[in-house]
Amino acid sequence: MSVLVYINSNHGIGKNAFETVTYGKKLGDVTVVTNGNIDDASLAKLGEYGASKILVDKALTDPDDQQLTRLIANAAEQVGANTIVFSHDHIAKNIAPRLSVRLKAGLVSGAIALPDGDGTIKVNVFSGKAFGSVKVNTTKKIISLLPNSIQPENVGGNASIEAFSGNVGEAKVKVLSTKQPEGDIPLPEAELVVSAGRGLKGPENWGIVEDLAKALGAATACSRPVSDIGWRPHHEHVGQTGIAIRPNLYIAAGISGAIQHLAGVNGSKVIVVINTDAEAPFFKAADYGVVGDAFEVLPRLTEAIKKFKASN
Amino acid sequence: MKILVGISKSPDTTSKIAFTDNNSKFDENGVQYIVNPYDEWYALVRALELKETVGGTVTIVTVGSASDEAVIRKALAIGADEAVRIDADPKDAYYTAMQIADYAKSNGFDLVLTGKETIQYNGSQVGGMIAEALDMPFVSLATKLDVDGSTLKLEKEYLGGIQSVEVALPAVVSCAKGMAEQRIPNMRGIMAARTKPLTVVPAAQVEDLTSFTGYTTPPAKSSVKLISPDNMDELVSLLHNEAKVI
Repeated sequence: MSVLVYINSNHGIGKNAFETVTYGKKLGDVTVVTNGNIDDASLAKLGEYGASKILVDKALTDPDDQQLTRLIANAAEQVGANTIVFSHDHIAKNIAPRLSVRLKAGLVSGAIALPDGDGTIKVNVFSGKAFGSVKVNTTKKIISLLPNSIQPENVGGNASIEAFSGNVGEAKVKVLSTKQPEGDIPLPEAELVVSAGRGLKGPENWGIVEDLAKALGAATACSRPVSDIGWRPHHEHVGQTGIAIRPNLYIAAGISGAIQHLAGVNGSKVIVVINTDAEAPFFKAADYGVVGDAFEVLPRLTEAIKKFKASN
Repeated sequence: MKILVGISKSPDTTSKIAFTDNNSKFDENGVQYIVNPYDEWYALVRALELKETVGGTVTIVTVGSASDEAVIRKALAIGADEAVRIDADPKDAYYTAMQIADYAKSNGFDLVLTGKETIQYNGSQVGGMIAEALDMPFVSLATKLDVDGSTLKLEKEYLGGIQSVEVALPAVVSCAKGMAEQRIPNMRGIMAARTKPLTVVPAAQVEDLTSFTGYTTPPAKSSVKLISPDNMDELVSLLHNEAKVI
């Protein structure tokens, strides 16, 4: 079976790309389509994870949604792909629905696993409180895979890299500027996340959160009240109305764990809760709990992590 | 400016999530329905703010049955001018989007807004599908939206950061947090909503591309393991040896 995987290479090729190619490889022969200013050495890495061919349109640097949809549709036609796989990021949410209509291909949005024996695919629903099994009624299908759902497997292959131009037309949506947190790990992709809430009492106290994140190599996040009052930027807000994340480890300090917050983090593999209030509802959703003052516990944990890292 | 806002009903965020009929259907027993928060707080309220500044009309559209009219009246109470209910079971995102696109095509709108996703399906599909069907540009996950003549200026979530973009109308936009603040309907709004037009239109012939065959709930968490605040070395060792996450 021919599988087309779209890779966003705007900011280099990373873990999400390897996950998506690994997922595609389990379904069939993988062709990658990508665009933008990316060097062949980075693209070649995708071959190690199972891509046999890479189609790249290097001239297409800031495509809008319609151009990117055309690029992918044209690539799918060229290779005769009946399955297209995305990483479920902001770009997939922009493009995959368009492509679904254009190709009349059922879209499985937020997949968390490979297809089951009956062909259905599990997705996250009810903001992480349940899983649904989706059956695709069309021959062509599109799967948008949630990050951290599959372990990337380096199978040591080689991919051919071919220039590809999709005849994509003019952009209607013009990009004026892009601001990305410098040097930080993007929260949606992070495997480890340190998060804090109102219990920290003020933005000036975030140093202890950042110290722990730095020691761990984690991204930082926050609860809704904290972003609403402007202590932290909106893009750090995880929860029902913010972003949903599913890291391997989520450490929450000074967050009570309202149901709306849990909706954004309950896909995390392991949850550690630090709170002075032993009755905080978050402890019910936690794997490990520390009843104590974040101002004392966080610096101690940071030291313990540093000690651990130094000896391992 | 003629604005169309797609709304969906969602179970209240505090609802118990359970399934019935051999885990094939959401158990609606005792569930309160609300307007999906992304559709209401961000898409609808921003549409009303735009109407208040540049003039125009705000029409809400939903795909659903007569039992959804309480939710529609709530959206009217917040301030929409009129509502349209496409009389059908919203089978999947494609089916729903094609119904809305069909209505939009025959009625002509400058701007179509949706929430970024529903809180029950989290699919983020309907907005982009409407845009493709209408051959309009689509800006997803917008956190800021302003109109300057016939141009939209937007900020949108972009891979952990923010991107500023502009696009000429007509366009489709999916709305995320940051775009507007929640509005609580006042008594006048609630009274007015009773007499605002709610048109029921028949569904177009559309097939569904996907279907949910069943649901499962995650296994219950075993109870929390408490660690003394004086013993962070133990926590680190558990995270390394037991949980294997560091």
